[in-house]
Amino acid sequence: MDPTSTWEGGAGEPQAPGDLPSATLTLHINGTEHTLTLDHRTTLLDALRHHLDLTGAKKGCDHGQCGACTVLVDGRRANSCLLLAVSQEGSRITTVEGLADGDRLHPLQEAFLERDAFQCGYCTPGQLCSAAGVLAEADYGHPSHVTPHDAPVGVPARLGPEEIRERMSGNLCRCGAYPRIVEAVEDVAS
Amino acid sequence: MSHAPQPLGAPAVRREGRAKVTGTARYAAERGLPGCLYAWVVPATVPAGRVTAVRTVDALAQPGVHSVLTHDNAPRLHEPDDPILAVLQDDRVPHRGWPVALVVADSLASARAGAEALHITYETTEHDVVLTEDHAGLYTPEEANGGYPAVRERGDFDRAFAESPVRVDVTYTLEPLHNHPMEPHASTARWSPEGHLTVYDSSQGATKVRDSLAAAFGIGTDKVTAVSEHVGGGFGSKGTPRPQAVLAAMAALHTGRPVELALARRQMPALVGHRAPTVQRVRLGAGPDGTLTSVAQEIITHTSTIKEFVEQAAVPARVMYGSPHSRTTHRVAALNVPSPSWMRAPGEAPGMYALESAMDELAAELSLDPVELRLRNDPADEPDSGKPFSSRGLAACLREGAERFGWQDRDPAPGIRREGALLLGTGVASATYPVYASPGHASAHAAPDGTYRIAINATDIGTGARTVLAQIAADVLGAPLDDVAIDIGDSDLPDASLAGGSSGTASWGWAVHKAASGLAERLAAHTGPLPDAGVTVTADTTEETAEKSPYARHAFGAHFAEVAVDTRTGEVRMRRMLGVFAAGRILNSRTGRSQFIGGMTMGIGMALTEGSTLDPVFGDFVESDLASYHVPVCADVAAIEAHWIDEDDPHLNPMGSKGIGEIGIVGAAAAVGNAFRHATGVRLRTLPLTPDRVLTHLA
Repeated sequence: MDPTSTWEGGAGEPQAPGDLPSATLTLHINGTEHTLTLDHRTTLLDALRHHLDLTGAKKGCDHGQCGACTVLVDGRRANSCLLLAVSQEGSRITTVEGLADGDRLHPLQEAFLERDAFQCGYCTPGQLCSAAGVLAEADYGHPSHVTPHDAPVGVPARLGPEEIRERMSGNLCRCGAYPRIVEAVEDVAS
Repeated sequence: MSHAPQPLGAPAVRREGRAKVTGTARYAAERGLPGCLYAWVVPATVPAGRVTAVRTVDALAQPGVHSVLTHDNAPRLHEPDDPILAVLQDDRVPHRGWPVALVVADSLASARAGAEALHITYETTEHDVVLTEDHAGLYTPEEANGGYPAVRERGDFDRAFAESPVRVDVTYTLEPLHNHPMEPHASTARWSPEGHLTVYDSSQGATKVRDSLAAAFGIGTDKVTAVSEHVGGGFGSKGTPRPQAVLAAMAALHTGRPVELALARRQMPALVGHRAPTVQRVRLGAGPDGTLTSVAQEIITHTSTIKEFVEQAAVPARVMYGSPHSRTTHRVAALNVPSPSWMRAPGEAPGMYALESAMDELAAELSLDPVELRLRNDPADEPDSGKPFSSRGLAACLREGAERFGWQDRDPAPGIRREGALLLGTGVASATYPVYASPGHASAHAAPDGTYRIAINATDIGTGARTVLAQIAADVLGAPLDDVAIDIGDSDLPDASLAGGSSGTASWGWAVHKAASGLAERLAAHTGPLPDAGVTVTADTTEETAEKSPYARHAFGAHFAEVAVDTRTGEVRMRRMLGVFAAGRILNSRTGRSQFIGGMTMGIGMALTEGSTLDPVFGDFVESDLASYHVPVCADVAAIEAHWIDEDDPHLNPMGSKGIGEIGIVGAAAAVGNAFRHATGVRLRTLPLTPDRVLTHLA
C-alpha cells in the first residue's frame, strides 16, 4: 500500500489497483498523448487533477452544476466532471493549461487580466474554456436562447452582451465578476 | 506596469492574475504530494441522537480503501477552540450532516465506494429545526456576533412610538443562506517524521488555522505550518478553521501519509456555516415631516446546540438614523441545526434588508421621497454611542446615486409603469458597514540591488490583497511597484489576522505601512551600499490597533435598483443597479470596483434567487447543492455600476481606508425589494422574490 517508492508523478494516486475494473487508454490533452491505466470510475476531471497533475480544471461541485471544470472536448465545451475518462479515448481535450501558446497568452486570458474579470480565480479556468467554446459556437452560427428566432441560420452569430451573458450562464462565479467577464469576452469577440 | 512610482489608488493589475488565468495557481487540494491519499466525509443521516455502531468490514474490503476513521479509532483531540472542530471524538450527533466517519483511500472513487459500504446505526432523539416567533426555546443572549450587546435601549421607545403620528410596524422573514464559495472547503495535510504538521487549507487566515490545529492536536504552534496561498473565495465561511482541516490532519496522522480532503458541495451547508434565518420586527415612529422619533428592531434567530452564534441583525439600526427613542434586541433558540456562522456582512446584510425596507414603507406612509426621508434623518453623531462620526458619507452617496441613476424623474406611484406584460419599478436603500482593524506583524526587506520584499501572513481570497499591500509598501518606499515583491498566505510568515470583517487591507496594510516606513527611515539614515544581507525591518501594530477611537467609524453607501416584473410568470429581473459608496480612500480602483460589484451581485442573489429551507422531518437543508440553491448567473446581472466618493478621513489608519469587501451586499436586497414594490404595488416581506411567491400577488 505504499506507492511512494514507485510513484513519481505529481499528485498522489498510484496506478489503479489490480482488483478494480480498469483500462489502459490514451488521452490527448493539450496536444500531448498520455497513456494511463485508470479505474473505470475515474472522471475526466479526476484524471486530469489526480493522475496528470493538471489542476487548472477545477472541481466546484462534481455534478455539472457550476462549470468550474469546463474543458474543450474536440473543440466543444464540456463539464469534465460528468465525463468518464475511459470514454475519452481518441478525443482531443484542451484545458486552461493548453490555451496559451507558450508564453503568449490566449486573447481571452489577456482580456480577463485587463478587465479584472475574476477575483478568487477558482471559476476562471472554466470561464476561459467556456468562453473559447462560445467564440467557436458563435462562429459556427449556433443560436442561443436569446438569439432572435429570425436570425439567419449557419452564419456566424454576433456576440453582443446579451448573447454572451446567456451563453456564459453555465459558469458560476460567486465573486460576481460577471460584468467584467462579459466585457472581456466581448473584447475578443469583436 | 510602468517603472515610475504609481499613486496609491492606481488600478494595478492583480499580481497573481497570470497564474490564475493560466491555471497554474495552486489551491488547497492541488498540491501534488507524492503518496497522497484521498478522504471522504461520511455525514450523519439522522438529525439528533448518537451513533450506536459503525461496521467497517465491508468498507475496508473495498479495493483501494486504506482506513476508516470513526469516533472509536480517530486521534484524540484536545478541546478545540471551536466546537465544530471536535469531530470523531464521541458518538453524539448534534445535527444531520455532522461527520460520523472518514474513509481514506488510494483514490477518490474508492473512498466514496468505501463510504457507501459503511453500515452505521443510530439511536435517534427528538429533534427540532423549525424557528418560530413564539418558540419556547427563545432566550436573550449576553451578546450577538461581533461582541455587540444583545439589547440596547435608548429613551422610552414604547411611549414615543405610541405617540408618533405616523407609524410603521412590520415583520420581515429571511430564510437561511449559504456562502457557497466556488472552491469547496479543502485541506491537504501531512506530518513529517519529526512531527511537524503542514496543512494546505482553503482558509481566510492561515495564522488562525495554525493556532487552532496546534491547540487541537496539543502541539506547539512552531510544529504547525498552515498554507493558504490561493483561496477560491470564502465570504466568511472560511474565516476560522472548518472541520476538513482537522479531519485531514487526523487522517494524515492515522495513516502516516499525506491526505487530501475536499468537501463535496452537498456537504458544505451542514459543515461550513450558514447565514441564520431571521424574523425581524421593525417599528418606526415619525413626525409628519418624516423625522424619526422612535426606532425598534427586534430579531429572532437560531443557533445550533453546540455553539451560540447570534446574527447581529439589529446592530446597524444603532448606527443608521437619528431618533431619541430606540430599542434593538436579539433573541435566539438553539435548535438541532448545523452551526450558523459568518456570511458576507453578518448582521448588516439581513438587518439592513429589514430596516431599509421599513424605511421605504415609512416613506410611502408619509408620501415622502425615500431618498429625502433618509436625508432628513441623517444624524451628526452615532445614535447609539453618541460619538461623532469620523466621516459619514451617506448623504453624499444618496445624492450622487440619485443624480447618476436619474432618480429625480421618478413618479412615486406604484404599479403604473407597464411595458407589455412587464411592470417596472425603482428602489433605493442605504448601506453601512463598520470599520474594523486587527493587530498584525509584517517585515520589510531592502536588498542591495534596490528591490524590496514584504512578508506578512495575509490571505488573498480574491480581494487582491497581494496587489494592494504591495501598492501600500511601494507608496511608502517611493518605489516602482514592480520592485516590491510580497509573500503572503503562509503561517511561517509574520503573524496576521484573517480576512474578515472587511478588515484585511486596514489590518495588514497598517502593519505593512509601519514596516515599510521603518525601512524607509533606516535607508534614509544609511550611507554607502547596503550589506549583502540587505536591511530588514519588522513591525507590530498591536498598540496602534488597540487604541480606542473617540469616533464612530463606519463606511456608508446607497443602492439604486430597477426591476422588471413579468405579470405572466412572476419572474423578477434586474434591469440595472447602481451603488455609490463612501469608504475612505480606495487603494486600488480596479480591484476595489470588483469587490463592490461582487457584493452587490450577491445582494441580487439574496433578493431574487437565494434561499434555503430546513426540512422539518429530515432536519437538513433542502437546497444543499448549486442546482437547488440558486446563486446568480451571468444572465441575472445586466447593467451594474459601482461608484465611490472620495473621503479624506484622518481617524482610520495610515492609508485612510475603510473596508469594502462586505458593504456592497448591505442594503442591496432592500433596494431590489423596494423596486419590486414600486413596480407592483405589492410589499412582500420575505426573500427571495421567486416566481412562486410573486405570482400569487399579481392580479
